[in-house]
Amino acid sequence: MSELASESSAQREPAVSAALQGAGPRSTGRAPGPWGGILLVVEHFWTWYRRNWRATAVSSVLQPLLFLLAFGVGFGSLVAGTGSAAEATGGVDYLVWLAPALLAVSTVQSAAFESTYPVLSGFKWQRFYHAMAASPISPAQVALGHLVWVAAKMAGSGAIYVIVIALFGGVGSAGIVVSLLAAVLAGAAVAALVTAFSATRENEGAAFNALFRFVVIPMTLFSGTFFPVDRLPEWVQPLAFVSPLWHGTELARAAALDRWQPLAALGHLAYLVALLALGIALSTRFFARRLVR
Amino acid sequence: MLLVADGLVQARGLRKRFGDFEAVRGVDVDVARGEVFGFLGPNGAGKSSTMRMIACVSPRTDGSLQVLGMDPDVDGPRIRARIGVVPQLDNLDAELTVRQNLQIYGRYFGLSRAHVRAKATELLEFAQLTDRADDEVEPLSGGMKRRLTIARALVNEPELLLLDEPTTGLDPQARHLLWERLYRLKREGVTQIITTHYMDEAEQLCDRLVVMDGGVIVAEGSPAELIERYSTREVLELRFDPALRPEAAVIAPLAERVEELPDRLLLYTADGEHTHAEVARAGFVPLSALVRRSSLEDVFLRLTGRTLVD
Amino acid sequence: MTTQAPAPVPWLRLFPAGSYAGRSHALLLRSATASGRAWLAFVSGFFEPVFYLIAMGQGLGSLVGMLPGPDGAPISYAAFIAPGLLAASAMNGAVFDATFNVFFKLKYGRLYEAMLATPLGPVDIALGEIGWALIRGGLYALGFLSVMAGFGLLVSPWALLALPAALVVAFAFAAVGMAATSFMRSWQDFDLVTLAILPMFLFSTTFYPLSVYPRWLQIVVECLPLFHAVELMRGLTTGVVHLGMLGHLTYFVVMIAVGVTVASRRLDVLLLR
Repeated sequence: MSELASESSAQREPAVSAALQGAGPRSTGRAPGPWGGILLVVEHFWTWYRRNWRATAVSSVLQPLLFLLAFGVGFGSLVAGTGSAAEATGGVDYLVWLAPALLAVSTVQSAAFESTYPVLSGFKWQRFYHAMAASPISPAQVALGHLVWVAAKMAGSGAIYVIVIALFGGVGSAGIVVSLLAAVLAGAAVAALVTAFSATRENEGAAFNALFRFVVIPMTLFSGTFFPVDRLPEWVQPLAFVSPLWHGTELARAAALDRWQPLAALGHLAYLVALLALGIALSTRFFARRLVR
Repeated sequence: MLLVADGLVQARGLRKRFGDFEAVRGVDVDVARGEVFGFLGPNGAGKSSTMRMIACVSPRTDGSLQVLGMDPDVDGPRIRARIGVVPQLDNLDAELTVRQNLQIYGRYFGLSRAHVRAKATELLEFAQLTDRADDEVEPLSGGMKRRLTIARALVNEPELLLLDEPTTGLDPQARHLLWERLYRLKREGVTQIITTHYMDEAEQLCDRLVVMDGGVIVAEGSPAELIERYSTREVLELRFDPALRPEAAVIAPLAERVEELPDRLLLYTADGEHTHAEVARAGFVPLSALVRRSSLEDVFLRLTGRTLVD
Repeated sequence: MTTQAPAPVPWLRLFPAGSYAGRSHALLLRSATASGRAWLAFVSGFFEPVFYLIAMGQGLGSLVGMLPGPDGAPISYAAFIAPGLLAASAMNGAVFDATFNVFFKLKYGRLYEAMLATPLGPVDIALGEIGWALIRGGLYALGFLSVMAGFGLLVSPWALLALPAALVVAFAFAAVGMAATSFMRSWQDFDLVTLAILPMFLFSTTFYPLSVYPRWLQIVVECLPLFHAVELMRGLTTGVVHLGMLGHLTYFVVMIAVGVTVASRRLDVLLLR
């Protein structure tokens, strides 16, 4: 299109353009395609990760492991053999019942964290998102590259978590692999929404604090991770139904324990996909608004 | 080769509005291949907004704009692929090494891994950062970060280099080193557009410049032309005891033009020493007197009635 | 003359000369002003343990039923974990203030740099920061105790002592936290803080009794400071008070002494680098 346009303008003023042609260097740069650009942003984060993976080991591996030990093993042994626990878990070992849910909690928590401070840093402190946007990469590709990277990282550390859970005897069936996919989907939905939120922030202060204390922590506590949602006071239960973590947990647990209810599963899946789509739409839009203005 | 209609950059009636505020209010600019072009003006004059439109990271509100013969609204990524941008604030990835910053950035321009590896080595040399290549960016000095940012902008061998206040905040040594590097690029034929509010920088670097104020261009030409047109060869600066300070009107006949500042009188004249002698002969005794060559600062003062300090 | 620093209190002679101007309250004023502007973050600190209490007390409690209290008499699961959460929130708040917050102000805010250009010395700053951490921790503890009372989880007048006990616990963790901060070089080192705090929160009989562990692990847990804080709180809120609790208190007095000594020795490193 544009070549045609510049051709016609060149024909209008041939003398000037002829004088300008050939003089000076010709750039080696070219614009990557839509997917290529996203992958290049992922490559950027991968380069960063190869240098800094040790720093993330505590939060991505050790923290979930500690929760597994505290609640799966410790609390599990407290309630082992009690009728009330067996009733809540539907007869399976508490650890086996808890494991897929912990998987979902850990992906959702790291998704939330990876999409707050690091995103704001790209805009505000280190400002490298602006550097990307000054290259042929588009703001939407920056946003999507970030999300693909977060999802890939969640899948990686989730896979390690599955192995650790298996070592502690918390894996009941191969369905846990499907649980991992569900956990990553829930994490991606949360990451997309939180990324959109972070892209609208001018400074971290109260906003992120409130996000973690009023959204992320209640979400991990009230989404049926440690006990079935129906054990909560009735007025709290609706919180679970809007929580992406609850939907992810239900899917992950259904897969791990092979307790599929097709209609419910479809509902959870649809809800998470819808949130993910909404998050992607908003974050690409907010990235564009912030980087191109 | 289908290239470029009128120049690398051609703007007509360019406007940019942010809500109620109009930052750029109808600007015409032509930048030809190989020249170094400057935007001069105080903070808030609309220089950076204009630069961002040329860099294709800010859609114009009105007017026409062609960069490398293409329309930024249509061909943003293809234009950005062929230009280099040095922003006002460094936006390096502080947690990567110097070399990784260059390589990763090069990849965004569709360059192969092997190519960016070789290019990074060459650019490290250019930026005098070879011995810091594998250090993280975070602890580098301001001057080093600035050189790295400029080196990074060259990774795609841009036809057009945009520099937004490239030396703001640097110490004199770092500034002179940067000027030398920019001059080397000019000799290699890289077209450059520079914004600055430093007069000496504009005089050092620019073939041609426009003075912006309040979103419009108030003058255009080479530094020498502008000084010729809006100032005199020399300026005599006189500082008086406030109680004994003569009225500007009284002293006016002694010079071509007199500018009254809160703390000084500026006398525009062809021969500063001669005027100084005449001032003394007329019976005025300044606390201090300084004769200097006229600069763009004087042009700006003449054009806007304000000094550039803001 | 009006800006001259008052003469230092004699016992503070152990600090280097010029390090104390008796103006710590200026820092408290600054913290209170800043919190007034970020009230949401301030208030949010109160809710975290309350969310835990509702979720874990009700939800997990339904799986557990009753647990033996400090004297062996059965108590509800909510009554069991509430004092644990109180102790943990005292620890979390104090450690956060004394490590992350102080380090952030040091490294990015350059706040102390500005303060040290006034008559204020490093000791003013350290006391001011610890003092603020305590005021904040005390308010959170008061709020949480009110919520416990609302849920009917306070059954003894001894529970009133839980508030000062929470302050002692907070002081101990703040002092040790600040001493630790003086050894930190980068954010990466803060992983170690998380590494110390999170396991303590999870394993110091906050959520289930010591009897769950094998004997050797019980001994390890008994060495952790948070374990002693939980024991102290649980005794006070359930009204099972005995002289042995002075032992727990001693643990924190020692922590305070060690923390304050190390922190004040390292103040130069912390503030004047």
